[in-house]
Amino acid sequence: MVDNPVVRNPGEGARVKLDGLVRMFGHTRALDGFSISIEPGEFVALLGPSGCGKTTALRVLAGFESLDSGSVVVDGKDLSQVRAQKRDMGMVFQSYSLFPNMNALNNVAYGLRMRRQRPGPRKAKASQLLELVGLADQASKYPHQMSGGQQQRVALARALAVEPRVLLLDEPLSALDAKVRAELRDEIRALQTRLAITTVFVTHDQEEALSMADRVCVMSAGRNVQTATPVTLYERPATAFVAEFVGVSSRLPVERIGDEIVVFGERCAVRGAEQAISSGTLDALLRPEDVAIEVDPSAKEFVTHRNFLGASTRLIVQVGEISIRVDVRSDLAAELEPGTRVRPKVVSRDVLVAPRMNVSVADVSANGHPAHV
Amino acid sequence: MAPFAIYTILGLGVPTAAVIELAFRSNSGKVTLANVRTVTHGVYRLGFENSLLISVISSVIPGILGLVLAYAIYTSRGSLLKRVVAAASGVLANFGGINLTFMFIATLGTTGVLTAWMSVVGLNPWNHGFNLYSFYGVAVVYLYFQIPLMVLVITPALGGLRPAWREAAENLGASSFRYWRTVGLPVLLPSMLGGMLLLFGSAFAAYATAETLTAGTVTLTPIQIGDVLNGNLISGEQNVGYALGFGMLIVLAVVMVLYILVRRRASRWLR
Amino acid sequence: MASLVADIAAEDVLAAPDIPCVRRRRLLTRFRYWRGIVLLIAAAYFLIPLYAGLRFSFQNDYGHWSLYAVKALPAQTGFGAAFFLSLRLGAVTLGLVLVLMVPTAIYVHLKLPRVRRLMDFVTILPIVIPPIVLILGILHAAPLWLRASPYLLSLAYVILSYPFVYRSLDAGLSAIDLRTLVEASRSLGGSFVRTLLHVLIPNLRSALVSATVLTLALVLGEFTMAQLDLWTTLPVWIYQFQQDDAHVATAAAMLTLVGTWLLLTVIVLLDRSQSRRAVRQGLR
Repeated sequence: MVDNPVVRNPGEGARVKLDGLVRMFGHTRALDGFSISIEPGEFVALLGPSGCGKTTALRVLAGFESLDSGSVVVDGKDLSQVRAQKRDMGMVFQSYSLFPNMNALNNVAYGLRMRRQRPGPRKAKASQLLELVGLADQASKYPHQMSGGQQQRVALARALAVEPRVLLLDEPLSALDAKVRAELRDEIRALQTRLAITTVFVTHDQEEALSMADRVCVMSAGRNVQTATPVTLYERPATAFVAEFVGVSSRLPVERIGDEIVVFGERCAVRGAEQAISSGTLDALLRPEDVAIEVDPSAKEFVTHRNFLGASTRLIVQVGEISIRVDVRSDLAAELEPGTRVRPKVVSRDVLVAPRMNVSVADVSANGHPAHV
Repeated sequence: MAPFAIYTILGLGVPTAAVIELAFRSNSGKVTLANVRTVTHGVYRLGFENSLLISVISSVIPGILGLVLAYAIYTSRGSLLKRVVAAASGVLANFGGINLTFMFIATLGTTGVLTAWMSVVGLNPWNHGFNLYSFYGVAVVYLYFQIPLMVLVITPALGGLRPAWREAAENLGASSFRYWRTVGLPVLLPSMLGGMLLLFGSAFAAYATAETLTAGTVTLTPIQIGDVLNGNLISGEQNVGYALGFGMLIVLAVVMVLYILVRRRASRWLR
Repeated sequence: MASLVADIAAEDVLAAPDIPCVRRRRLLTRFRYWRGIVLLIAAAYFLIPLYAGLRFSFQNDYGHWSLYAVKALPAQTGFGAAFFLSLRLGAVTLGLVLVLMVPTAIYVHLKLPRVRRLMDFVTILPIVIPPIVLILGILHAAPLWLRASPYLLSLAYVILSYPFVYRSLDAGLSAIDLRTLVEASRSLGGSFVRTLLHVLIPNLRSALVSATVLTLALVLGEFTMAQLDLWTTLPVWIYQFQQDDAHVATAAAMLTLVGTWLLLTVIVLLDRSQSRRAVRQGLR
């Protein structure tokens, strides 16, 4: 992206407060008392499984969905009754949102045209924005002549052209292929930081959310489950749902001794004071990097699968009736063929716990749901 | 492939070529321009003018009404309504001729149902210059199959209007009206034109409805061709019928070319 | 999504900045009813003539309700002959159309995708070339023995049905992964004919149903060519009989109409229940 003076750095973005949003679709509650406040200039990602209400929340903020109750406040002003076209928010949609009958330049200039800016200045501004997203040479191309990545860049330029108070991104990268996605991810973040524009980003891709956002809001069933920085979310998840949704975890039934638990026969601290251990039985939620293994022909545990991931290799290790995931450096994984007997050991300071899940085989897949269900 | 090609050449190509050839032959088989000259004058010329007029009227008006109706149906929630209308449109669009004529005589004839209802409130259309068995009567009846035809043609195009475009426009500050003017209608325009071309062709070619409704008294080119074929003509003008047919083909060819040119402009962004 | 007409109308109002908010909102709610109004007018326009036609069929000259027109119909001179002629023409046309178009459409999709645009063009021609011009040429070009047969009409109707039949087949073929189906069947040892009968036609069923319905509706209602070829098909008979008894003629017209629609509904319903069953079986 080119350094470009056109979009002045406003220094302060808008402060957004969503309070107690409720939105019903028939009998289902898409939003069930969702609240969040977003600081000026902050980049917040709404993360959750499909159907969790994250897109609805964004659409409520944009003014496309009405509310059954709750309020949308931007910079102290209640926008709940303001129509979408007056809200002054720039939105980038999932895909194919460029007007097909206009070339890239006219697409970017559209918002300015709607604000009755004269053709001269608005064309000038639009071309500067195209330059900003690195597409100065594509100005006269129609959407269907551009690649998906280029289209989304134009869409971003179009949203930014009106100098919106809030930038809304509705899974803008999900239709792109992996390489373009990673590229655009970095560019969006860099641009957002430079413009200091308050941004709300909806995604179901945790990697995207964790790598881009200042704070991530994990949603489930129309509620805000936890909003925190990516690091906190990963290391101090507030609930088992968050722990299993963010990052990969394997569930392992464990025994409790006082404030500690026993994992692989050794005592181990429970992570975080807020992890108040309820009574009853517990599962440990083991991240792949929490566990190390060493070859031991006398061990009961053994490797069942080996997946090469590049720098690291993921092993599935059979522990009794349970499979757990373990990541090891790839150069060390060469000898760990399936069938190799290994002894696992917790290497992190402490581990996450959650109330025991009532399933016979507690093999938990990457997105937190038991694999056999 | 071959059977289809042969069939099409024999069933479509040869007859069309025959009409064109015979338009330039006298009854005795000599090459002549007399037939073509005859059909550009007098009552035949009037026939072409009337046919063109009725086709323009009953492609533009039902084109617009059909779009509005299609949009009303497309954006409504009831899936049953959509299915019923889709099925009904399919039937009504290919519905013309004798059945339609009788229905309209029973509706808007001098003793028709609607005529009677309107008389009650003192608005008998026949007292206000309306005549079902006239040019404009025919135009009114044509609406009955032209509107459903437009609905059929334009509904898929409405499906191509992405909700994201409307939301993006709104998000950028466009009112509904400006969305339609800058995005909705321009995107629909190529399909609209295509639909209206179809309506034009369908009205221009329509014979059965006009013939049965007016008993062949309205001056339209297809009716005149029918007269020639049925032998209701001045002797020595047999081949005038072919010249009339040739004239219809020319009109349709010109309209097609116009359509292609306009469409090319309207859909620059498609290529 | 809101509306076209209402939006245009509402826009003029909302653009004026000095209208108080309350009034704006009332106007907006009023325009929400535009869809209902449009649908109501459309329903009236399309249903009143239908009602009028049915009413005329079931009344006698004195305006009393009566079934006499319907009862008298089968006994009228020429009705039976016209009716069976139309049925025969329908059957022959349908057979010809399917035999000609189904293999052609499949072949074009499978082997000659580049010809598809040409096919689109050729099959739209019968809409462009008026039937009255076509019959003019056909009556001149057809050999005498063929002109003496009513089935010349069937041959012409095949041409007239191109646009409907090809379009529905084309849509049906585009919706299925034809190449994969054929290759799968061939790799399992099916001959082309078996593939056609056991794999393709079941998958194209709804396209075939709509092609059939449209063809039959076309033949049963066609007037222009039949009248000019001097064959008394059902529509031609109805037109001629109008002078003798308008009630009976209208009753015949309405009955063919209702008959066609019933046939349509039955076929469509049959097709839907079958495809539902197929979906359910597929889910198991």
